[in-house]
Amino acid sequence: MNPYIDAFREPTPARALARRITDLASQIPKDRRPFRIMEVCGSHTMAIARYALRDALPPWIELISGPGCPVCVTDPGYLDAAIELAHRGARVFTFGDLLRAPGSRETLTDARAGGGDVEICYTPLAAVEAARADTERPVVFLAIGFETTIPPAIRAAVEAHHAGLKNFSLLTAFKLIPPALEVLASDASLQIDAFLLPAHVSAIIGATAYEGFVRVHRRPCVIAGFEPLDILYGIENLVHQALAGQACVENQYSRVVRPFGNPRAQNLIEEWLEPEDAVWRGLGVVPRSGLRLRSDRAEFDAARRFALKITAGRPHPACRCGDVLRGILHPQACPLFGVACTPERPVGPCMVSSEGSCSAALRYRVSMRNVE
Amino acid sequence: MCLGIPLKILAVETPGCGFVDLDGAAQPVDLSLIENPRPGEYVIVHAGFAIERLDTAEANARIQWFRELR
Repeated sequence: MNPYIDAFREPTPARALARRITDLASQIPKDRRPFRIMEVCGSHTMAIARYALRDALPPWIELISGPGCPVCVTDPGYLDAAIELAHRGARVFTFGDLLRAPGSRETLTDARAGGGDVEICYTPLAAVEAARADTERPVVFLAIGFETTIPPAIRAAVEAHHAGLKNFSLLTAFKLIPPALEVLASDASLQIDAFLLPAHVSAIIGATAYEGFVRVHRRPCVIAGFEPLDILYGIENLVHQALAGQACVENQYSRVVRPFGNPRAQNLIEEWLEPEDAVWRGLGVVPRSGLRLRSDRAEFDAARRFALKITAGRPHPACRCGDVLRGILHPQACPLFGVACTPERPVGPCMVSSEGSCSAALRYRVSMRNVE
Repeated sequence: MCLGIPLKILAVETPGCGFVDLDGAAQPVDLSLIENPRPGEYVIVHAGFAIERLDTAEANARIQWFRELR
């Protein structure tokens, strides 16, 4: 029993919110339908599928999952480099959902079956502990993720630094949400009318971090928590903004997100990292959408320490994850979905990660409504 | 990966380290990203780290507002 989770899952207010959205959405003129809302957060994707929130909305409100799952947007070339590290004798630590994500030729699971030392951890601090326990062997933490996961990974490097460990490093592929929003909003073919902004990314960067984006791109934006009532209320507010002709950043997750975010986390990022262009599956190269270790922190950079060349990987030729991540293909419309590509034998990362759109669609049998 | 959930701080031990209540079990948590954490407060825990504190006044007000919806 957790009062701050359970209270946001109660069915009676959920039904009331769904009715309010339906009433409000009836005012959306026919020529502005469908009204397409994109979320850019794997936990939103999961919650929307798990609680069948699409089924509670009128059919002309479309919820589109964008590139919000960190594993899904990671280029296979990064996995190739991680796999190479395992083959070269490093102890590779990773969050579990990266384990079966396909590289160009194999997965980390394959590398492990082939004798590579690949270990799952729930916190990057476990990798630091492993480095401390055996200082002879190099330990690499696979540091992917958005703004939420970056401070924990860097804190692990700080711990290693304070402990004087010379055998700990990060293989980074950090990504930033605001530059991705720019790309998504600039692509008219995606026809995104509004954005449901991520909860815990926003906890780090703050609600004001999106103001420049909204000023330029003029889309309604609401920061919402992950629980069903949060999401439904977020949707109601997005429709409200659209009908009023407004486009602003509303923070409906003020119990966690502050206007200027978490200064400790931001200082850590500032001290250790610098912007770089990053490759996103589905979006291609997005300028200054990634963060890499600064050159004065090079000793913690696995790519530099192991002289790894991270090149663009080769996804499976039939995989449509890129289109799924841009919201132009519904997971069920992919010819591989549930047949050639399943959670047991995934072809693309969106079926691997528990936060992936395809995995969510299959696990919760998301209705085929709105499939083009 | 993004499993941030609100958990109550049970104890603050060395600076920056403590325990949170995870379904009745005391789970170690790194509190170094939070200013002056105190036992009894709720924090959002992600990848073993408290990334932000939960404002319980804001949360309770929102819960109350949702409960009044019919």
